[in-house]
Amino acid sequence: MSAAIEFRELSFTLPQGRPLLDRISLAGDEGTTTVVLGRSGSGKTTLLRTVNRMVEATSGTVLVNGKDVRTTDLITLRRGIGYVIQETGLFPHMTAERDVGLVLEAEGRPKEKRLRRSHELLEAVGLDPGRFARRYPHQLSGGQRQRVGLARALAADPPLLLMDEPFGALDPLTRAEMQDMLRGLLRRLRKTVLLVTHDLDEALLLGDRIVLLEAGRVVAHLEPDAFLQSQEAAVSQYVQAFHRGEHRAAEERR
Amino acid sequence: MSGFLSQYGGEIGILTLEHLWLTGAAMLWATAIAVPAGVWLTRRPRWAKPVIGIANVLQTIPSLAMFGFLLPLPWLGERAARVAIVALTAYALLPILRNTYAGIQGIDRSLIEVARALGLTGMQRFFKVELPLAASFILAGLRTATVTCVGIATIAAAVGAGGLGELIFRGVASIDNRLILAGAIPAALLALAVDGALGLLERWFRVPTIQAAP
Repeated sequence: MSAAIEFRELSFTLPQGRPLLDRISLAGDEGTTTVVLGRSGSGKTTLLRTVNRMVEATSGTVLVNGKDVRTTDLITLRRGIGYVIQETGLFPHMTAERDVGLVLEAEGRPKEKRLRRSHELLEAVGLDPGRFARRYPHQLSGGQRQRVGLARALAADPPLLLMDEPFGALDPLTRAEMQDMLRGLLRRLRKTVLLVTHDLDEALLLGDRIVLLEAGRVVAHLEPDAFLQSQEAAVSQYVQAFHRGEHRAAEERR
Repeated sequence: MSGFLSQYGGEIGILTLEHLWLTGAAMLWATAIAVPAGVWLTRRPRWAKPVIGIANVLQTIPSLAMFGFLLPLPWLGERAARVAIVALTAYALLPILRNTYAGIQGIDRSLIEVARALGLTGMQRFFKVELPLAASFILAGLRTATVTCVGIATIAAAVGAGGLGELIFRGVASIDNRLILAGAIPAALLALAVDGALGLLERWFRVPTIQAAP
């Protein structure tokens, strides 16, 4: 297996001089899911956005399939990477089928092909095209919207998917449903995924590897089991804090 | 009454058409100038304040004075209709410019981000995302501008540009209320009709928000 995504000594500093990412080196193998975990402000979203150059790194490199993203044409690069964000990602003036096929539309593919692909993908994310293809975002529930967003990211069949808190805005039940659906889908499609979240359960469920970021630095890069058992202070703190939260909630229910 | 209509009916029809022509031509010019200008301002927001300020100043010039200012200008002053169309265009600029600018600026930034991340080119982003999302806003500006111009166009008769104002001015000069109404009523109806039609168009382009979900 070769690294489908790699960060080498990547740094990003805000114009005012505050570093958000500090010499990050990481690699994700082809067909695996790397979950980037960390609290708010740890730089995880910024890290994700350096891949499709929504953020330009200050120094260091990002390689996608061995190729420096800065040497790839920006439009080509972005069309070749699926991108899913939390909520509000769907265009309110587009039906689900048009939104899903938007990248293909931008590439000038014929309408018939676009629609066929859209329907195929809606089906794949668990939405019946007959019922949902012609709906606008305001006619969909939060979970359904997120499914459409995922289908859109898959439209051009990109080898790499970037997911930024994709289920962050969903209720726990829908969230679990979506996580299961995504897990099945990813296993089937063998995509390389970089997923950002602050939810440990989600990281354990979806990740082949878990990266913990703290203040812009990688403090751990482990497999889920190793992550849970890690003696590393930052990791065990995160794990404990997460469980404490669950515990407290359980106690309050009593 | 029927005698009055048979005497003036034909003239009212012609003047209404003339009125429509003056307003329509001015709106075309204003749209052709103000929509691209408004879009350009969203790319250079630093210019927004001064440019919209200039349009604002144009708006405050009393209409009779505006027609008067333009009349002595070479080429322009040769034909009254030219003067009228230029003046009406100047009045129509502000609402269209302001709404185009605000309509595009008001689009949820995350949607623009998504359009970029999906790999849409600048042009595609504009035509597939920004323009459709701002369309109802831009049309609202067009509607305000048109209704205003239908009203102001009645003054154009003062410089001999024709339109329904001619009947009004004649009625005032000869103290004939019927003539004043023969100009004023069609002008008012015209404004209402334009307002209604553009209102429908605006609603057609309105984009539902996700917050309004069931």
